[in-house]
Amino acid sequence: MSQENPTRLELIGITKAYPGCVANDAVSLKVAAGEIHALLGENGAGKSTLMKMIYGVVKPDAGQVLWNNKEIAIEGPAQARALGMGMVFQHFSLFDTLTVTENIALYLSPAEYGSVSALRQRIVEVGEEYGLAINPDREVHTLSVGEQQRVEIIRCLLQDIQLLILDEPTAVLTPAEVAQLIDMLKQLARKGCSILFISHKLHEVNALCDRATILRGGKVTGSCIPSETSAGELAKLMLGDELVLDHDLPPGNAGATRLTLCDIEVRPTSQFAIHLHNINLELKAGEILGLAGVAGNGQDELVDLINGELKPDRGTLTLDDVALADCSIVARRRRGLGTVPADRVGRGSVASMSLTENQLLTGYVNHGVRHSLVNWAAVRQRAADIIGDYGVKATGPASMAGSLSGGNLQKFIIGREIEQQPKVLICFHPTWGVDVGAANHIHKELVALRDRGTAVLVISEDLDELYLLGDRLGALCGGRLSPVRPKAEVPLEQLGEWMAGAFGNAQEEVAHAH
Amino acid sequence: MDLALLENILFATVRTGTPLLLVALGAMISERSGVLNLGQEGMILVGAACAFIAAYSADSLMLGVVIGALAGALVSLIFAFVALTLISNQVATGLALTIFGTGLSAFLGAEYVGQSIEGMTRVELPLLHKIPLIGPALFGQDLMVYLGLTLFALVFWTMRSTRLGLIIRAVGENPQVAHALGYKVLLVRYAAVLFGGAMAGLAGAYLSLSYTPMWAEGISAGRGWIALALVVFASWRTERILMGAWLFGFASILHLLLQGFGYDVPSNLLAMLPYAVTIVVLVFMMSRKGAKGLFAPRSLGQPYHPPQ
Repeated sequence: MSQENPTRLELIGITKAYPGCVANDAVSLKVAAGEIHALLGENGAGKSTLMKMIYGVVKPDAGQVLWNNKEIAIEGPAQARALGMGMVFQHFSLFDTLTVTENIALYLSPAEYGSVSALRQRIVEVGEEYGLAINPDREVHTLSVGEQQRVEIIRCLLQDIQLLILDEPTAVLTPAEVAQLIDMLKQLARKGCSILFISHKLHEVNALCDRATILRGGKVTGSCIPSETSAGELAKLMLGDELVLDHDLPPGNAGATRLTLCDIEVRPTSQFAIHLHNINLELKAGEILGLAGVAGNGQDELVDLINGELKPDRGTLTLDDVALADCSIVARRRRGLGTVPADRVGRGSVASMSLTENQLLTGYVNHGVRHSLVNWAAVRQRAADIIGDYGVKATGPASMAGSLSGGNLQKFIIGREIEQQPKVLICFHPTWGVDVGAANHIHKELVALRDRGTAVLVISEDLDELYLLGDRLGALCGGRLSPVRPKAEVPLEQLGEWMAGAFGNAQEEVAHAH
Repeated sequence: MDLALLENILFATVRTGTPLLLVALGAMISERSGVLNLGQEGMILVGAACAFIAAYSADSLMLGVVIGALAGALVSLIFAFVALTLISNQVATGLALTIFGTGLSAFLGAEYVGQSIEGMTRVELPLLHKIPLIGPALFGQDLMVYLGLTLFALVFWTMRSTRLGLIIRAVGENPQVAHALGYKVLLVRYAAVLFGGAMAGLAGAYLSLSYTPMWAEGISAGRGWIALALVVFASWRTERILMGAWLFGFASILHLLLQGFGYDVPSNLLAMLPYAVTIVVLVFMMSRKGAKGLFAPRSLGQPYHPPQ
């Protein structure tokens, strides 16, 4: 369909350089009216920068932008919006303490919405039309991530929109929400709106997009029609020739039980927290246990519990037969418990500190510190090794953690934890937002760690990842744990049922049997 | 206690609360836009000195008020340039501004110490000032008090019902997002800081032209700090700032009052009262965790780097 339709947006030779790296090098692409166009690329390929230049947030150093076949210079987001562009950012651009209506009022000019009450009405109407129901009077911080994204999309739809840019819109959504979003975008495209869709989830691009442009290292490496191209080929274009999607990892040999959770109950500490009920779990040396579950079903609480940030109200935790009840977070770390939190900046790292210093933050337990004195050369060397071994794209160990893209920082954090050779490693979303090549590497390292006798708990929403890595699988739903069985005994349908909570009170039965 | 005494107490409370109200309104707007300006004390002092000099030299109180506000705004411009354009640490810059303003006002006003002028006179609003109890306090004051109440109403309305208020809140909540939506973060913050400076200057003018019509070094007597505490106390809400200003005003005159009644309470102890009230209130507020609307603007005091 893209061939017959007029060109909506054309980029010619767009270039943007930052100190130390070229984010976009002579990028050209074309989007037709009503076309859903994917922009594919691994982390740091320059997708987000390119989108920001189209939307006027960042100014290009060189190149032309043609809008409906006329050359334009976009001075800022306000002008981009006036032209009919809308953008849904990767990190939502919403004000948490303002209401949905106030947020949208800030996005539009007063001439566009007239009165606040008229705007409220239109938010409800547009929400109904596209299946994006939202209460206009709620404050944004009370909304779920999926609902916040709806607010972002609705406010784009309130104007006369010709191009909608979405920066990794599905990264934060549940599978059901993703399906809803895809339907909505198709409906929008049928009305003639062009859509630029940034993603690195290949199956979504296949399901949704008419055309795809692939970026690698800031350059366009190819362009294709996803429905006529296999996921493997797309991945190859994204990553170059070195990639082989590895779907064949050897199984583990479970040994002695390392970490035991017995009859755990954790009552919620805030109104947003999940109540953990009767959690019984045994994590064995040399196995990877995969826990599935839709976000917000107790994963955060479980990780905090094991890590020592939350104390159980009932039940016991033991690591190698030692009760952890009175162990501080540091003491647990010293006993060989490593954690990779979901929140990379803030929990996993300190943005304003260098990679060397971030390495030391957890690595000090068994490396680089003697008699309270830091051996900076050794710490720096370890950080440099992680950067090299895990393919972290950074200028060096002195780079600030905050200057890395999310996926690169994740590689570094995983590397940091694995290099400490923990006895038990808790991995929360190990490859969230990480490109395919790096995800493969992380998976291999986790398996290697397992084969050296570490007990690994992987908590993820990516089912492919869980089936790839897990020796045993289970799921969390509403703060309860499903049965945990060997992978071969858990078909996808079964896991789906567990994720939906269909496991009765299997855990309680186990508990009573003890 | 008879009615006349109560009327007098209320009258003095509103009078004493007015400079606090002016400074706190300005500081609140500045903080709502995300800028923490600890230079209030310095801006009040420079405003007070310049207002007095202008009023004394030109024999015009109105000119004094205007010059006081302009001087406050001008001093705040230094802060805005250093803290916003050069992206320095706001706390350090604000503290420096207070020290600078204290010195500058002493230097400017050196020749005027001991001079006196005819202060502002009371303007009793017809009929209204005869309302028992609150009449004299609200309608029998001088023009600066009325100006303070008018500005309060204006700020209240702006923050509650206008798009400008929404934009100021948005910029203070998340400047990166505000920029991405096309708002000029630095412009909004400059304007908010300048407004804060002008309000502090007005408060200074009130002190040196009306409250105690004279110039003396350190005439502000820590009111800039009380006002900053007041903004936190009011949890950045306009209506609470008015109540807080009067409460703090009352606390400030309490020692005079008790002495009048013959209680032998050390005056230093009572002069400390507003600060003690601030601490007590903060403890009380912060112990009610999760209570709605107590939270500071998200980006308060954080430097903002505009994208390249």
